[in-house]
Amino acid sequence: MIEIKSIYKSFDENDVLKDVSSVFEAGKTNLIIGQSGSGKTVLLKTIVGLHEVDQGEVIYDSRSFTKMHGKERKDLRKEMGMLFQGSALFDSKTVEENVRFPLDMFSDMNMSDRIDRANFCLERVHLENANHLYPAEISGGMQKRVAIARAIALNPKYLFCDEPNSGLDPRTSIVIDELIQEITKEYNMTTIVNTHDMNSVMGIGEKVVFIANGEKCWEGTNGEILKSDNERLNDFIFASKFLKQLRAGS
Amino acid sequence: MAFLYQTGRYFLFLKRVFGRPVKHRIFFKQIIDEIDDLGVGSLGIVVIISFFIGAVITLQTAYNIELPIIPKYTVGVAARDTILLEFSSTIVSLILAGKVGSHIASEIGTMRVTEQIDALDVMGINSAGYLVLPKVVAMIFINPFLVMISMGIGIGGGWVAGASTGVVPSPEYIYGIQYAFIPFYVVYSLIKSVVFGFLIATISGYWGYYTSGGSLEVGRSSTKAVVVSSIQILLFNLILTQLLLA
Repeated sequence: MIEIKSIYKSFDENDVLKDVSSVFEAGKTNLIIGQSGSGKTVLLKTIVGLHEVDQGEVIYDSRSFTKMHGKERKDLRKEMGMLFQGSALFDSKTVEENVRFPLDMFSDMNMSDRIDRANFCLERVHLENANHLYPAEISGGMQKRVAIARAIALNPKYLFCDEPNSGLDPRTSIVIDELIQEITKEYNMTTIVNTHDMNSVMGIGEKVVFIANGEKCWEGTNGEILKSDNERLNDFIFASKFLKQLRAGS
Repeated sequence: MAFLYQTGRYFLFLKRVFGRPVKHRIFFKQIIDEIDDLGVGSLGIVVIISFFIGAVITLQTAYNIELPIIPKYTVGVAARDTILLEFSSTIVSLILAGKVGSHIASEIGTMRVTEQIDALDVMGINSAGYLVLPKVVAMIFINPFLVMISMGIGIGGGWVAGASTGVVPSPEYIYGIQYAFIPFYVVYSLIKSVVFGFLIATISGYWGYYTSGGSLEVGRSSTKAVVVSSIQILLFNLILTQLLLA
């Protein structure tokens, strides 16, 4: 479980996050949604420690990440896996080397075991026979799957996904969403996904936190989201003409 | 203010670069790869430039001291000292600041804007140390070798040019390059090459590491890396010359 308590973050004079609090439970896919520029990515990067909080606290299973330093933080980071918006695969390494990278750096396994583990992770994301290809030689969807395989290589307790569907077609997006949800259940991970894709929200949003202008405006489940009378949330969800007509019809 | 900010951030960056590597086995493999990439990959340009500049130095020196009272071997002495003292260490390092510096800054800058550095940080890896330290060690190690190769090729280029044009006969040039030889000049040049190698790798790594934005900013970082490295090489050339030769 991850708890964020009254998070504030600003860059220069620009207040990006204002008093954001929430609890993200284990075994669930927790979604942070909001328009582009609403502060979703800053919030996710603050939770994983890529940005330091100005005020507030991030707590991982009763361990205050905000108060940790040096080695403590390093150790906790080994329990995290992250899927970045652009996949962030290492260009100079093959698919297998990318997945093996966290194992090479942190595990005491021998080479053969590391290769087996990398192959297991690649099979888990339904990606076989791509071991020796470079990131530039595979499609965007495959890159996302490699990034998920790399993120789960060390059996993390916490998985973070920043816009996992960006740049993907609707069918591949669903495959990636389902994969994230399956892995979350299978390993009982605490998963936080940043998205503005309503298909993802309705498909895997077991908990949804809506952010607008750096503030938390609403939270609930995907079942509750369509029934909400929160004006800002409805402006976001029913932004498209199609959904507006659908809502008016129902 | 910007100068002070950048200088302070550079020293904080150095502190991170010299953090303990996660795994020494991987670190040593990275150093070998960087020696190959940054050093061996620069051998061609160092050889070509050294040969031609050595040849030109010899011919220009010969044409400028065409007096009967000055013996021909003086051309060899002048060419040797110019190459040993200045050309091979400083000019070759300036050329490497362009080639290697832009390579390092654009490589690390691209990793920054594509979130590869964030990925390393999330894993708990000291990204500055992981990416830059092997390059620093490789440059400190390989730059003196490149400079020594440049000295040999430069002096050889002078001999070829002098002998083939008949401006300086071969025996006189060979006598000249041995005449009043001061071995400390080689040591001085190698000390400079170590310092310049360090400056090129750390300054270029710094500008690449703190790139923000997109491809345009990667290009800007690369340019800044080359310009700042070159200025620092010239500045430290002055300081080291005063310290070592005064």
